Amino acid sequence: MLAHGRIIAASFRQYSTYRMATAAGVFTNTVFGFIRASIMFAAIAAAGGELGGYTALQAATYVWLGQALLAPVEAFGTREVSQRVHQGDVAVDLLRPIGFLSLYYAQKLGRAGFLVLGRGIPPLVVGALVTGLALPEDPRSYLLGAVSVLLAITVAFMADMMLNLAAFWVIETRGLSVVYLAVMNLLSGFLIPIVWFPDWLLGIARATPFPSMIQTPIDTLSGRVPPAEALPLVGTQLVWVLALASGASLMLRAGQRRLEVQGG
Amino acid sequence: MAESTDRPVSLPRMVATLYGSRIRSQASFRTSFVADVLGQVLIVGTEFLELWVILAQVGVLGGMDLTQVAVVYGLGALAFGTADLFFGEIDGLSNLVRSGKLETLLVRPVPVLLQLSSLDLSLRRIGPIGVGLAMYVTALNLSGFAPGPAELLLAVVAPLAGAAVFGALLTMAGAMQFWLVDGREFANAFTYGGNYVATTPGAVFSLPLRAFFTFVIPATLVAYTPTLALLDLPGPALLPQWSGWLGLPAAAVLWLVAALLWRAGVRRYTGAGG
Repeated sequence: MLAHGRIIAASFRQYSTYRMATAAGVFTNTVFGFIRASIMFAAIAAAGGELGGYTALQAATYVWLGQALLAPVEAFGTREVSQRVHQGDVAVDLLRPIGFLSLYYAQKLGRAGFLVLGRGIPPLVVGALVTGLALPEDPRSYLLGAVSVLLAITVAFMADMMLNLAAFWVIETRGLSVVYLAVMNLLSGFLIPIVWFPDWLLGIARATPFPSMIQTPIDTLSGRVPPAEALPLVGTQLVWVLALASGASLMLRAGQRRLEVQGG
Repeated sequence: MAESTDRPVSLPRMVATLYGSRIRSQASFRTSFVADVLGQVLIVGTEFLELWVILAQVGVLGGMDLTQVAVVYGLGALAFGTADLFFGEIDGLSNLVRSGKLETLLVRPVPVLLQLSSLDLSLRRIGPIGVGLAMYVTALNLSGFAPGPAELLLAVVAPLAGAAVFGALLTMAGAMQFWLVDGREFANAFTYGGNYVATTPGAVFSLPLRAFFTFVIPATLVAYTPTLALLDLPGPALLPQWSGWLGLPAAAVLWLVAALLWRAGVRRYTGAGG
């Protein structure tokens, strides 16, 4: 556990050195926040002040929390592990005296910790100043929201890991990543709240882990779903963490047996 | 005149050779290529679903119904896809600048911009281009497009002008990498952000945002205002119907700025030796 703690801290420090990149990311996330908020406001105004349970203020909160979560959740996926599988570097990772998944998870936690502070908070502050935010009245929403964000990061990590580990079998995983990105964008509730979907699409979304990555932490943290009702949603996140973690470790074990690295 | 004898291959010939070789190499990995194209099509599709879901609930967004919004979306996607095909990977330049590999390109007797554009030509982007074109044509038909000669001309010129606008924006984003290096994401706010705005009815934006994405980044002039002119719809404040014809002049101004910025960037570059 001590080793993991050090990896988390090192990964946090590593990302905190890219200040220019962080500023650029914050700027871009904020501009996109304004564009998305405009579309939502127009839709809600056209619907007469409320659409699918969202008022303008709640929609603004939804947009800014989504922009804030985008970087730490890394919902758009990473390519590092799949590239290491390709190049054979994964052999080095497997030889380390620390579990493969826990090593990458620790790195992810450190990175996400920095990204929450560096890239998550600033767009929220801008949003609070310009459009205003609907903040929860019940303090338990913050507590449950924090848990939900951590679980969202974990669900996204495990799903992304499974996608990367597919590199053991598929030579080029980029096609897979692009499809994943498109599906995730829509079904996670990042572009628009999933409760706005027609029933058939909502049914599909609810059967996938994607809403657990974006929609659930937003709903829980914003207090739009009160704590008592958010509890089962957080429970669903936990189930997805367990399911995807088992999937990822099964893939890792099977992949390891298949793996053949040449040279030394 | 001495210059032309130094250059045994003419520019058009060079362009044909460079792009031809890239097209042949990318098309040779069939499965990966097909998966890539399909993925790109899916991305364009899901982004339109966002607008479709909203319109299924409210009927009219920014003064436009579903088919009219589809014209805007199709035209915007077609314009951005075309620009993306040629200039989409240009911000990868920041890696070349950081690692000092740009020298390799600078010493060759071919313009750097042409080399970068052909090196990174991403043929998979014919996916979004195809979807955009199909949507543009279909939606125009469905929304009762009754063109006179002027409208017909605009319908053909608008995607080209839009592609030129985005091409210039992507080139500027590339040129900015000479200064920003680590901050390449800054430019995304204007390129991808511009694409987002272009594929949305411009009337939804508040006045300051609308002004910024018209006078500074002319994204609303790519698809929204041409659609107003094509379908004879009234425009919101700042965007009268006739501004649908401003795509070409906007592209010309942008390319002038892009060319100056690019030259300044290349001159500023100092190699790391190697």
